[in-house]
Amino acid sequence: MSLLELKNVYKIYGDLHALDDVSLKVEKGEWVSIMGPSGSGKSTMMNIIGCMDKPSLGQVLLDGMDISKESDKSLTNIRRDKIGLIFQQFHLVNYLTAVENVMVSQYYHSMPDEKEALEALERVGLADRAKHLPSQLSGGEQQRVCIARALINHPEIILADEPTGNLDEANENIVIELFRQLHNEGTTLIVVTHDPEVAEVAQRTIVLDHGKLVREDINENFEAQNSSAAKPAENKKTEEKKAEKTEEKKASKSTGKKKKK
Amino acid sequence: MKKRKMFLRMIFASLMRRRSRMIVALLSVAIGATILSGLVSIYYDVPRQMGAQFRNYGANMIFTASGDELELAAVNNAAALIPDEEKVGVAPYRYENVRVRDIPVVAAGTDPEGAKATSPYWSVDGNWFTGAGEMMVGANVAESFRIKTGDMLEVTYTPMTDDSAADADNVSYFTVTGILQTGGSEENYIYMTLDDMSALTYESDRVDLAELSISAGAEELSGYADKINAADDVHASLVKRVTASEATVLTKLQALVLLVTIVVLALTMICVATTMTAVVAERRKEIGLRKAIGASDRSIIREFMGEGMLLGLFGGIVGSVLGFVFAEQVSVNVFGSSLIFRPLLVPITVIASIAVTGISSLMPIKSATEVDPALVLKGE
Repeated sequence: MSLLELKNVYKIYGDLHALDDVSLKVEKGEWVSIMGPSGSGKSTMMNIIGCMDKPSLGQVLLDGMDISKESDKSLTNIRRDKIGLIFQQFHLVNYLTAVENVMVSQYYHSMPDEKEALEALERVGLADRAKHLPSQLSGGEQQRVCIARALINHPEIILADEPTGNLDEANENIVIELFRQLHNEGTTLIVVTHDPEVAEVAQRTIVLDHGKLVREDINENFEAQNSSAAKPAENKKTEEKKAEKTEEKKASKSTGKKKKK
Repeated sequence: MKKRKMFLRMIFASLMRRRSRMIVALLSVAIGATILSGLVSIYYDVPRQMGAQFRNYGANMIFTASGDELELAAVNNAAALIPDEEKVGVAPYRYENVRVRDIPVVAAGTDPEGAKATSPYWSVDGNWFTGAGEMMVGANVAESFRIKTGDMLEVTYTPMTDDSAADADNVSYFTVTGILQTGGSEENYIYMTLDDMSALTYESDRVDLAELSISAGAEELSGYADKINAADDVHASLVKRVTASEATVLTKLQALVLLVTIVVLALTMICVATTMTAVVAERRKEIGLRKAIGASDRSIIREFMGEGMLLGLFGGIVGSVLGFVFAEQVSVNVFGSSLIFRPLLVPITVIASIAVTGISSLMPIKSATEVDPALVLKGE
C-alpha cells in the first residue's frame, strides 16, 4: 500500500480547475519533487496533501485513510501527527527563540522536550544558535530551524514548499544534504520547487501544468548521486560543478532574474 | 517540560519580547483599570466624605426625654452606644427663661466644644465662651440690648416653685465673649456653660435636649436611634431635613459615579477589543503557522486568551495602584481630605481587569480561529 495516493483529484474554483484529474502515488520513504510554472496547481496540491484543503472531487489516501472526507478537526490531528511542513518563507514565530520554535511543534503534538529540541537543532548544525531569535539568524539558519521543527515529531511525510527559494547556494546545499539524510533514514519527502537542481536530486519529479500532471521523470542516477554525496572525496567534482552553477546563478540573479514560486 | 510550562513560556515571550506592540494594549487596560479602581474607591468613600461635608449643616440626631425629664448622665450613656469614630459632636442643651436688664430672654446652657462640633456653621464675632462667667450672645439679642463683645451682663433667674418664699431671684454676672450669627432662631438666645446654668438655677444634671452630629448613613443612623430608643432612658430621633437630603445627594452622587464607571468599563472593553483585533490581524501568519503545524482552535483560543488575561493581570495591578493615586487626588481636591485605602479593591480591580480583557478579547480571538492555515503555504 502506498503511503500517499491521489485518485482522480479535482480542485475546482468556479470555472477554474486548479487540479484537473490528478492521480499520483508516493511510496513510503520516497523522495518526490513537484515542479511546474506558477498557477500550475502545485500549491493547491500541497494544501490538499498537507491536509489544509480538500479536493472538490476524487480521493486522497494517506496511510490508507481517505483524508478527502475528514472534518477540519480531524485534518488538524492528521497534520499534527503525520506531516512535517517546511516553508519558503521559513515562518518562524518571531518572538520565540530557535529552540522554542522547535518546541512549539512538540507542544501541539505531544509534550515539549527541550533536550530533544536541542538535539534536533544540533542535527541541523544550529546547537550554538538555539537561544537566538529568528531576527538574529540568517535565512539559511532560519530554514534549518524550520527543518528541525518539521522533523521533531518524526512525521510520516515532510512537505517542503520551495525550501531553497530564499537561500543562497551554500545554504541550498546544506538543506539538500539534510533532505538526503532524512531520506536515507526512511522519511518520505515531497518537495515543491522551481529549481531544477533541487528537483533533480529527488528520486522522481512530477511536473504539473494547468492543474494536470503532464510528466513524470524518474531519476535513474539517484542511487549513485546519493552514495556519492555521502562520500566527501568523490563529492568534490559535484561541489566544483555546483560552485560553477552558483556563479551562473549569481550572474543570472544580478540581471534581475529572480526565482519565483 | 510540562505543557503548562511551555504555554506560560510562550505567552510571557509574546508579551515581553513584543513589548512595543503590547505596551499599547497594556496601556489601554491599565488606564481602564485605573479609572475603574479610582471611581470605585470614590464610590465607596463618597458616603464618608459627603457625611463629613453634611456635618457642616448641623446635628442629624436629637435626644429628648423619653419620660418627664432628661438627665445629662442618660444623654452620655445613650451617646456611648454610638461608636466614637462616628461621633462628630454631642451638645446637650438646657433652656431657661432669664432676664437681662429686666427684659426676658431665653438662655441656653451647653457644652461649648460640643456645640462648636455639632454646629460648625455658627459664626461668632469674637470668641466662643469657654468657662465660668463667660457668655455668647445671639445677634438679635445683642442688637436689641446694644451689647458688644467685652460687655459685662447681669443675668437674673427667678425659680418657679410652689413655695413663693423660695422664689428669690438668682443673679450671675457674665462677660460677653462673642456675638453669635447663624441666620436662624439661635440669634435670639444667650449662651453659657451648663455649669453656669446649673449655678444660676441651682439645678444640676437636667437638660432639655441634646443635639448630635454623627458621621453615618441614613440606615446606620436609624439603627443607632432604634438601639437607643430600646434602652428607654432617652428618645432619639433623626433630623429628617438633614438625613433625607444627605441620603438623596449620596444616592444621586453614587449613581453618577456608577454610571461613569460603567461607561469607562465599556470604553475600556472597546479599546481592548480594538487592540486585540489589531494584534490578531498582525499575527495572522503566526496563527496560520500554528494551525498548519497542528494547533487546534482550542489551543489558539487558549493562547490568545492567556495573553489577554496576562495583560489584564498586569494592567489590573498597575491600575489598582494608579487608581488609588487618582482617587486620592480627587478626594483631596474635591473633599479636602485623604481617602481610606481599601485593600480589597486591589483583587477586585485585578479580577475585573482580567474579566474585562477576557470578554473584550472574545470576538478578536474568535476571528483568530477562522484564519486559514493554508495562507502560510501561499506565502500571503
